[in-house]
Amino acid sequence: MSERNDIVLETRGLVKHFPITRGVVFKSATGAVRAVDGVDLQLHRGETLGVVGESGCGKSTLAKLLVGLEKPTDGSIMVRGQDMVRLSGGDLRRARRNIQMVLQDPYTSLNPRMTVGDIVGEPYQIHRDVVGRGGRQRAVQELLEIVGLNPDHVNRYPHQFSGGQRQRIGIARALALRPEIIVCDEPVSALDVSIQAQVINLLERLQREFGLSYIFIAHDLSVVRHIADRVAVMYLGKIVETGTQIYEQPTHPYTQALLSAVPLPDPRLRGRRDHIVLEGDVPSPANPPSGCRFRTRCWKAQQVCANHEPLLYVRERSDHPSACHFAEPRRILT
Amino acid sequence: MTDIHAQIDAIPGVDPHAPLLEVSDLHVEFRTRDGVARAVNGANLILRPGETLAVLGESGCGKSVTAQTIMGVLDTPPGYVTRGEVRYRGVDLLRLPESERRKVRANRIAMIFQDALSALNPVYSVGFQLGELFRVHRGMSRSDAKLRSIELLDQVRIPAARQRIGDYPHQFSGGMRQRVMIAMALALDPEILIADEPTTALDVTVQAQIMGLLAELQRQRTMGLILITHDMGVVANVADRISVMYAGKIVEEAPVYDIYARPAHPYTKALLESIPRLDMKGQRLNVIPGLPPALTDLPRGCAFHPRCPYAHDPCRRDPSPRPSHIAPGRTTRCHVWNEVAGA
Repeated sequence: MSERNDIVLETRGLVKHFPITRGVVFKSATGAVRAVDGVDLQLHRGETLGVVGESGCGKSTLAKLLVGLEKPTDGSIMVRGQDMVRLSGGDLRRARRNIQMVLQDPYTSLNPRMTVGDIVGEPYQIHRDVVGRGGRQRAVQELLEIVGLNPDHVNRYPHQFSGGQRQRIGIARALALRPEIIVCDEPVSALDVSIQAQVINLLERLQREFGLSYIFIAHDLSVVRHIADRVAVMYLGKIVETGTQIYEQPTHPYTQALLSAVPLPDPRLRGRRDHIVLEGDVPSPANPPSGCRFRTRCWKAQQVCANHEPLLYVRERSDHPSACHFAEPRRILT
Repeated sequence: MTDIHAQIDAIPGVDPHAPLLEVSDLHVEFRTRDGVARAVNGANLILRPGETLAVLGESGCGKSVTAQTIMGVLDTPPGYVTRGEVRYRGVDLLRLPESERRKVRANRIAMIFQDALSALNPVYSVGFQLGELFRVHRGMSRSDAKLRSIELLDQVRIPAARQRIGDYPHQFSGGMRQRVMIAMALALDPEILIADEPTTALDVTVQAQIMGLLAELQRQRTMGLILITHDMGVVANVADRISVMYAGKIVEEAPVYDIYARPAHPYTKALLESIPRLDMKGQRLNVIPGLPPALTDLPRGCAFHPRCPYAHDPCRRDPSPRPSHIAPGRTTRCHVWNEVAGA
């Protein structure tokens, strides 16, 4: 798995700052929201990398950067040996086919005036050389069948489908250009519990059938644990901990706090779990704390945390990278 | 405090020995252009002082409509209560004139909503909205109301409450706004608090803070809490009893430990098996096939039968199953609950 040629996507020092401006006519930048602030990640073939974090941590901006909906301020996104950031024109368009996206809200991410056939087939209008004009209808019907929808429903409109079915339409659209990589941004969080499992199982089946690699972005740690092989935890634009063992052996205080805050569906565990209750809210990404960004809410924080930013590397007493000066494994889930 | 008692006396027929809140055989329908949507079809709930009752269900199951009916904020039209009672200490609230009902609302029964940003008025300061409760319901002066408001914001642990009292809702973070909502709900010392998905819009670390705060305030005041949610994790952590709703009916009701250990309705069982668990890796997710029924066109017989693996002829043919008492404090609406609970 960890061999170099197995990597389908790699980012180096990925940064996205949104300028905060003043004035309407004479705009001047007065600061920047550091939404993504130096993210290095690798995605292997057939793997699911989960990205978790709370609102405002930059996970959705990361998703947009990866599929090219935002232009990074700095850094590179390597796919098949090409830097997506430096490509343009036809090269960029062809490279983009390989990395597609499933969006969170199946109610607003489908155009209500387009039929399902047009929505799923639209990628073929843009990438005309993928499927010939005559084969498009058949290709769309095939896609609908793959995601478990009735292929005879190509002429229906999104409102005629339920939330779960709409998410399947979104998945079919993402599959149209036969990508290797799909970035899923909160793909099940808008769905009801009984429907979530259907969509999760579908994503897992498609991964097996087509050898897809997923970047699975979510705030629900239970869903991510279920689907992801490896997990990256984000806080204020940075990855603070990553690896396959972050549920079993979390070493970063933020990961530990996150895991301990998730209520488990088992009343027998009441009062028998360690609860780490964090004080306060996430600081503004426009003005992050110096040094370690988590230090303002951290119970382990010392002077060194304010002075020196902890980098993400494998620390003592652990076998996966953690960005904490005092990284130390702690069992949170029994 | 004396005026609180004056208010209690003001509602005729209140029996202090009657159950705190009892909803029986509640039916609510929405008359829409597309037909009549039967949102609540015979809901029964009972709440005791100091108790937390979780009403668990998915979107469209009728849990929020039930809450709105208890609170008396159902929009009519299109919503109509067609049958049933909501008794507070023996008094049927649905038959009270609006002027009496107003005394119950916020005084006895208060509610917090999922989305604090849209539940608060954006053009008034938080202090004004809080103080209004004291001025209108308690006849306090502006300055007294302000002092009480600051006290309350302190109680829900909003830092620097005195400085923030003049701030507007948009100036607070999501978690802080939810605290303001809680402060408003608790302002007049209600006996019953209805929390409709209070933490769904919040991050997990903030959710933990808010649920902890709610539990603490409830303990201090021995308040009855109705927690409306779809989150089986939150329920397992805070509820004493659970009522599971599906298609407008309570399909199963049980003490929290029993229901997680041994669900006695196929829907409850399927829900528990379909959620990924944080403390398990590599588990197989059970899928509930199909979709919840359209409320304008409920299936004959048991509303869950089209999705139920246990369904057999009587489930499709006979009228919807009546609640069976299967253990103390446990009921289920299923013909084959024995098979479900035994498996």
